[in-house]
Amino acid sequence: MTIAQVIFVVISAVVLVSAVLVVVSRNIVHAALWLILSLFGVAALFAVLEAGFMAVVQVVIYVGAIATLIIFAIMLTRREMREPGQQTHRWWPLPALLAMALFAGLAWLLGSLPGTGAAPPALAGEDPVLLLGQALLSPEQYMLPFEVASVLLLAALVGAIVIAGDSR
Amino acid sequence: MVNLGDFFYTLGMWLQGLLMRAGLNESAARGAFSALVAALLPLIALLTAVPLIWLERKWIARLQDRMGPNRVGPFGLLQVFADMVKIFTKEDITPLGADRVVFALAPVLAVAGVVGLWAVIPFAANAFGVDLNVGVLYLVAAGTLSTLAIMLAGWSANNKYALLGAFRTVAQMISYEVPLVLSLLVPVLLSGSLGLNGIVAAQREVWFVFSAPLAALLFLIASQAEVSRAPFDLLEAESEIVAGFNIEYSGMKFGFFFVGEFLHSFTMGLLGATLFLGGWTGPGVETYPALGAVYIILKGTFVYFLFVWARATFPRIRIDQMLDFNWKLLTPLGLFLIPLLAVVNRGLSESSVWLRNAALLGANVLLAALVLTILGMRGRSARMRAASNATPAPAALRR
Amino acid sequence: MVPLSWYLIVAAALFCLGLYGVLARRNSVAILMGIELMLNAVNLNLVAFWRYLEPARMSGQVFAVMVFAVAAAEAAVGLALIISLYRLKRTVVADEADLLRG
Repeated sequence: MTIAQVIFVVISAVVLVSAVLVVVSRNIVHAALWLILSLFGVAALFAVLEAGFMAVVQVVIYVGAIATLIIFAIMLTRREMREPGQQTHRWWPLPALLAMALFAGLAWLLGSLPGTGAAPPALAGEDPVLLLGQALLSPEQYMLPFEVASVLLLAALVGAIVIAGDSR
Repeated sequence: MVNLGDFFYTLGMWLQGLLMRAGLNESAARGAFSALVAALLPLIALLTAVPLIWLERKWIARLQDRMGPNRVGPFGLLQVFADMVKIFTKEDITPLGADRVVFALAPVLAVAGVVGLWAVIPFAANAFGVDLNVGVLYLVAAGTLSTLAIMLAGWSANNKYALLGAFRTVAQMISYEVPLVLSLLVPVLLSGSLGLNGIVAAQREVWFVFSAPLAALLFLIASQAEVSRAPFDLLEAESEIVAGFNIEYSGMKFGFFFVGEFLHSFTMGLLGATLFLGGWTGPGVETYPALGAVYIILKGTFVYFLFVWARATFPRIRIDQMLDFNWKLLTPLGLFLIPLLAVVNRGLSESSVWLRNAALLGANVLLAALVLTILGMRGRSARMRAASNATPAPAALRR
Repeated sequence: MVPLSWYLIVAAALFCLGLYGVLARRNSVAILMGIELMLNAVNLNLVAFWRYLEPARMSGQVFAVMVFAVAAAEAAVGLALIISLYRLKRTVVADEADLLRG
């Protein structure tokens, strides 16, 4: 194996093992911590894919915002989290079977897909961050979805405050 | 072309040459050199904490009309080493019912988040860990680690005061991240680059502190809150929640948080110098690039002194004041500042550098005047309300 | 060289793990974490496709940015719902939120 392959395998192992621990941990805070490690691993994979912007944004959004929110929600609902109890419901083998079947299907599908063994083409000379910025803000490309996404975020902001805020 | 005055570049080339002569091929030599830098940079960062702690204690003492450390060594210079001996020999206690792994992980994360920032700071023209094209975003990303560390420390200690401190952390550090990011966006906007080297290069003529003083002020306040030192030290307010998130920590684990805080403050000073004070630029750096390291350390120490000054001067603010200050003043100010500067900067992009920067400064002053007027009016009406509520009371007393 | 199919396999595994988490866990916060894993798997796919198939056009990264925005919105609203559920019923277990069950 080349060095790049070794790096890829190590990072993927971290991502997948911690993802397994996310779904099986009894202690919900530990699950959240494993989630953070897994998301860090995905950020590292983005960096390997030469998408530095995505890697950094992944850390800012997932580790900085979403994981913090999750841990905060866990702390706010702490009484519940104290008792470990049964973390999966009675029928847990069913989803396990479903997930495994889905993975087998996807793997088979990927195996039969042509052209997935090729090397990545060289990146164009221009800075990908510059290109991404232009793509997001030029009207003939993705400006409308970008603006819609910002409206969605605003709506989520207001909605979260209305739902969770004290209505007195 | 190798410039002999460029100390760091020459040193790097010499080391790589040495490694190659030792039998490594070129890519392996470069890899070994990168590994060496990656090992040395955190070490240097951690070692700077030693003089910093002494410096800060002396400064604070002067500002409060005290002597400061003066018993161990000349001018108390060896005080830090005495403290280190003390902290290393203290008992390392893990409280009952604590989450042991998380409890041990939190101090490490706290320091790692700070040291990680050093990777992108350019110390001289050719001396930086790595020139990321998304350097500014990386700063924000590395900063999230320290928030996480404090939350984990508060949660894992199994102590309600620690948890309260952690709650305050979320309220404070996440909120102040908003004006911090907004203030970071201004140098990005003015230089047209997300990388710190590009931002420094754009300040060769005019430092951004002159073209955007309001952004520099926002950065100063928000980073003080981000480091959570007085007046923003609510998460460890000893009079309210004993010591907050680090109450259960002792020995070297506490030392980690302690060192992390000092180092974070100085690192923020270095960042402020890089983003707003021109980084390593200064007279004579063209001929002797190694001077850049001296300049940035001087500038960074100056910004750090501002932090220490604020810490020694202001009393701790209440939590509602802290949140009001952020959401009702700093964040809207940042949100107004960015479009204003963007329009001015874009509108005058064809004109001369001096005219453009003068216009930017004018826009800043205008916005500051507007904000101060609004604040003054609000303050006056609040005082009037208080006065009209208070007047009946003496009359009632007289009767 | 790492072929594209490796990334796709990792993303598929991550997606299936997330799916299992969503379907099998009782705690609603854990269910949300499963959703985050699934969204990340999708993002990994999008960025890998961008790098291997169309590095000149930024569509893959733009889509991933959109997924980020949606994930942030989903986490905020979802956790708000969980906190308000906790206020009402003192539980965050999804099975016990059964007011609508006939």
